[in-house]
Amino acid sequence: MSKVEFNKETGPREVFCGLTSIVWLHRRMPDAFFLVVGSRTCAHLIQSAAGVMIFAEPRFGTAILEEKDLAGLADAHEELDRVVNDLIARRPEIKTLFLVGSCPSEVIKLDLATVAEKLNKRFLGQVRFVNYSGSGIETTFTQGEDGALKALIPLMESSNEEKLLLVGTLANNVEDRFKKIFKNLGISNIESFPPRQSTELPKIGKNTKVLLTQPYLSDTVRDLKHRGCEIISAPFPLGIEGSTEWFLAAAKAFKINELKVHEILSPLINRAKLALESHKEILKGKRLFLLPESQLEISLARFLHNECEMDLVEVGTPYLNKDLMKEEINLLPDNTKIVEGQHVEKQLDRVRESNPDLVVCGMGLANPLEAEGISTKWSIEMVFSPIHGIDQAADLAGLFSKPLRRNQILTTKTLVTH
Amino acid sequence: MELTLWTYEGPPHVGAMRIASSMKDIHYVLHAPQGDTYADLLFTMIERRGQRPPVTYTTFQARDLGGDTAELVKKNIKEAVERFKPKTLLVGESCTAELIQDQPGALAKGMGFDMPIVNLELPAYSKKENWGASETFYQLTRTLLKEKVSSSEKISPLRWKELGRRPKVNILGPSLLGFRCRDDVIEIQRILSEQGIDTNVVAPLGASPDDIERLIDAEINICLYPEIAEASCEWLKRNFGMEYTNTIPIGIKNTIEFINEVHKKLDLPLTNKEELENKSKLPWYSKSVDSNYLTGKRVFIFGDGTHAIAAAKIAKEELGFEVVGLGTYSREMARQVRATAKDLNVEALITNNYLEVEDAMKKAAPELVLGTQMERHSAKRLGIPCSVISTPMHVQDVPARYSPQMGWEGANVIFDDWVHPLMMGLEEHLIDMFKHDFEFVDGHQSHLGHTATNTNNILNSDEKKEKNSKEGIIWTESGRAELTKVPFFVRGKVKTNTEKYAILRGIPEISDETLYDAKAYFN
Repeated sequence: MSKVEFNKETGPREVFCGLTSIVWLHRRMPDAFFLVVGSRTCAHLIQSAAGVMIFAEPRFGTAILEEKDLAGLADAHEELDRVVNDLIARRPEIKTLFLVGSCPSEVIKLDLATVAEKLNKRFLGQVRFVNYSGSGIETTFTQGEDGALKALIPLMESSNEEKLLLVGTLANNVEDRFKKIFKNLGISNIESFPPRQSTELPKIGKNTKVLLTQPYLSDTVRDLKHRGCEIISAPFPLGIEGSTEWFLAAAKAFKINELKVHEILSPLINRAKLALESHKEILKGKRLFLLPESQLEISLARFLHNECEMDLVEVGTPYLNKDLMKEEINLLPDNTKIVEGQHVEKQLDRVRESNPDLVVCGMGLANPLEAEGISTKWSIEMVFSPIHGIDQAADLAGLFSKPLRRNQILTTKTLVTH
Repeated sequence: MELTLWTYEGPPHVGAMRIASSMKDIHYVLHAPQGDTYADLLFTMIERRGQRPPVTYTTFQARDLGGDTAELVKKNIKEAVERFKPKTLLVGESCTAELIQDQPGALAKGMGFDMPIVNLELPAYSKKENWGASETFYQLTRTLLKEKVSSSEKISPLRWKELGRRPKVNILGPSLLGFRCRDDVIEIQRILSEQGIDTNVVAPLGASPDDIERLIDAEINICLYPEIAEASCEWLKRNFGMEYTNTIPIGIKNTIEFINEVHKKLDLPLTNKEELENKSKLPWYSKSVDSNYLTGKRVFIFGDGTHAIAAAKIAKEELGFEVVGLGTYSREMARQVRATAKDLNVEALITNNYLEVEDAMKKAAPELVLGTQMERHSAKRLGIPCSVISTPMHVQDVPARYSPQMGWEGANVIFDDWVHPLMMGLEEHLIDMFKHDFEFVDGHQSHLGHTATNTNNILNSDEKKEKNSKEGIIWTESGRAELTKVPFFVRGKVKTNTEKYAILRGIPEISDETLYDAKAYFN
């Protein structure tokens, strides 16, 4: 392992909570509905994070706790029952309903598991109920997906069929691309988790080889292991290097000749390297500061340093699972400063002090930093954009070169006009 | 429990953040878990602010709950005070913190700071954003001025005469995330100044705690946004005798009435009404022949109380529209909205369920919707033009250009904003004159793509509905053929009217003759 410097920090944070992952999960599984059991704040949060506005009825909502629900818990259970009935009556197309716990529902100890169990009996054969927590006192941003996936595992049937299971939400086009490449490699039985339909859950068992596509799935991985799945240890498929290693790790698990992998990947790699050039020109030698948000920070830092030649000032991450990140950390340059957790004020002091060329941060900090003359890239974009895989390496680099290029355009001398 | 798929207002502590962020030298310590920091992006992304809101979140986690969250609160308060050195400290909690009952306000007061501390108790499970903003502004005003209550004499609106200077007023209520507040303030200050009236303090937008202490240097208060300022205005009236205005200067008539109200209160001579009317283009634009087509346009209005009421008045009295729906999500303003609706012979819709609003909109079948960004979406789905007149804020509602809603320029902006989504006057006339032209055959409506509905679609989508409809009305071949001849832009209306007529008369099949009968009937 390289001599990476690990630090921990506690204090006020500037990170989304796990509820926000609903925003991409509901797009991934259009037959699912996410019902947050929480406060008006939760409702407002999802609405604000979901972007501007919704264009049709959204596949998420909030059962807002009111004064009377806090008075007695029995009432809250009945109330939730009523709300679910209303919802199902209005949205008969829902196949899976996630009851999502929030900070207030956890503090008042609302037992969503029992509610889900009862509802499952009542709506048997029509709607499936699962529950998990996306609360901000337990989870940050992407950890919500971990909770949602973990909640689905008990519903997955067992099978000893040999298969490759890609775990973590991917953009559909990226997923299709991966499947095609794996088929070329000779791995034909490939499934995804989460699937595109919540009802089409893959079957798992001791011949399931799990390849993670996202680094924030600690609990899901643990439960998959308990179900006998084999976890393939690999870096994450971001950038050429990460993706190549990722494919190689999968190939090894399926006893596929390494030469064949190189043979199939090399044209893609060459093409991607070519595409990466113009971005590298801009990014090379620029100093990068990553504030914690998505847990993708370490992989991004590895890509931006190793392939785009950026200098890493600090790599923040809201939570660090050293085991899952082992392969990534090995690829980081020596003396990389990793900071787990956050004290946002102290971290911003360090940002100002080090005066980096680019800061990766959440949306709450981006404009204020821009106003101070520091270029930023919003971390939320990484979870919405197709950034995985060799073919997307240049697009991924583009997300970071764009703010810098824009800066160049805006600060160059004004054109002479007549 | 209330099922919400979308909400018009945030929680009350977001209202408090609006006040804190609007002001200078104030810091707000919010006892809240990490997820609540999302509220920052309402200011940094929607308002495009270059500063973070002056808010420190305590960011408590589950593991803190067993231990001493009160210590965590105190640590954060101490750090925030040292770092930001505010002149006044607001301390409060979000919904989750309310449940663990740490009483951060009381803790802060026991820490021995010498700055004023406002303890905000905003019940998150029963109140909402506007109430939270109003309560915060009220508590802040009260805290900063309560010591002066006993020593102060009642303030006479005529004090300026004794002091031998121009009269001074405060403008209260504008805040961040309020609809076009920044520009409204400029417009109203300009109008007052033209009338020989000075602005003492604008608050909360841009004010510091020192400014709040100076509020009593003015003669009267302008209550510009009752949702936020009325409670404070009322307190200032009770304790210092300061009068405040009731008229919101949106639209020409309201602006004139507002000026008159201010003048009466301050005992200033009134300006000639015609001279005032000439300050805006709206009255003339509205009278000009080109605007004839606006006559009786059916308009549906929904928004915050202040803007919805003002919009109804402008629509009816200044643009000659027919108001076919009026409502608000502000329960605090329900009484006033109901009164306005009654005057207009419509039933007020008081709800925070956007689906109910959409249903009401569909039923009223308006030609124009004035609403929030949500109604813009609903209207788009129904193929009805829409203009946004109210919060909740969207980045589109924070334009770079000067674009007030109040005063003379505000009236100009409103004329443009409301009338442009409609088909424009001459255009509508010409289309009517040339309706048999090839250009208006289905599929050749390039200038108005989105509202143009294909006849087949109208009939087909309706055929589906027919199976379930109680009325079970059928369009015959001749009826359909005649309907295709109706210009696309009134086709929907003609269709609805004809069906309405058929139901009224118990006619099961609509032929071309039925269509003409209906036309005659509704003329």
